[in-house]
Amino acid sequence: MLSKKVRGRFVFFILLLLLSAVTIFLILKSLEENIVYFFSPSEIYSKQEVSLSKKIRVGGLVKEGSISKDQTSIIFIITDLKKEIVVSYSGTIPNLFSEGKGVIAEGKLKDRKYFIADKILAKHDENYMPPEVKKALDESKY
Amino acid sequence: MFKKFLPSKILSSNSNLINALLIGLILVILLGLIYSLFISPPDYIQGDSVRIMYVHVPSSFISLACFGFIGIASILNLIFKIKFIPLMAKSLAPVGCVFALISIVTGSLWGKPTWGTWWVWDARLTSMLILLLFYLGYIFVWKLVNNFEKANKISSVIAIVGLFNLPVIKYSVDWWNTLHQPSSITLTSAPTIHYSMLIPLLIMLLGMVIYSFIIFLMKYKTELIKFKIEKTKNQK
Repeated sequence: MLSKKVRGRFVFFILLLLLSAVTIFLILKSLEENIVYFFSPSEIYSKQEVSLSKKIRVGGLVKEGSISKDQTSIIFIITDLKKEIVVSYSGTIPNLFSEGKGVIAEGKLKDRKYFIADKILAKHDENYMPPEVKKALDESKY
Repeated sequence: MFKKFLPSKILSSNSNLINALLIGLILVILLGLIYSLFISPPDYIQGDSVRIMYVHVPSSFISLACFGFIGIASILNLIFKIKFIPLMAKSLAPVGCVFALISIVTGSLWGKPTWGTWWVWDARLTSMLILLLFYLGYIFVWKLVNNFEKANKISSVIAIVGLFNLPVIKYSVDWWNTLHQPSSITLTSAPTIHYSMLIPLLIMLLGMVIYSFIIFLMKYKTELIKFKIEKTKNQK
């Protein structure tokens, strides 16, 4: 049905597309370290080497009941429910920062368990609901 | 369905179709805006800024869909070399580009009160910016390269390369850790967005799709007329 010329171009394009897809996959794979926006506490624990001078980001949930504030600074724990990292920070906190919610801290590690942040971002999850529904959900939990 | 977009059909169609679509557009957008601004509830944690989503999500969807069409059309174009395919692809670019920009701007406006920042270089936001750049590149090639055949080839290659960016945008939130949240609406599981927010979102999506289609039809018709004029000029 197709002319020979068209068929030739068709095969050529399919091959070209496959080749490019593989190339792009390999590029992205090798850049993975740079593409991830933050590391989870478990990832930091399992890393062979951690740099204490390089700026990194740690993300996870703010552990319930872990926030302690004094006048200038705040200390809390970031957890991924497997490992935990203590974060200390002084500065403005985003409105949505709260216990049990997602958070990303940017700063430097002091050691594998202690992180000094100079910027805090609140992470929003994919759940959207009106306040009444949230209330009903919470009540049904207990 | 494809036959409806043949040049002869488009050129002979009067403005009735566009007028009917315009009436539909006004009704749907009006309903969508009333629903999303007044009827739908605020979010339990974001408050009223959740309403930005009703523009942000459809814009992102349309900009990705338009580029998908442009990319596939470009492949068909280079294989089959049918004259009206590049004109269709070209006509989709402006509306897709504008929606990519709207998606980024509304996302930024939402990010400030929610995340605490206007912009971060995470995988989702960066790949979306790359999509906008591909749109601009595609459009500028058509604008700046005067020779039709040459512009057609270069822009098609740009669109095909840009096509690979689309799955990266879509799955960036699943493949890598990003600040951007994962999708609330997926094909495989129940939406994690309450139905009182899902309904206005879908109405707005419908309205914005109709809008894009109208803009596309108008642009496509213009492009066809321009192409015909060029052709008759060259014959003389």
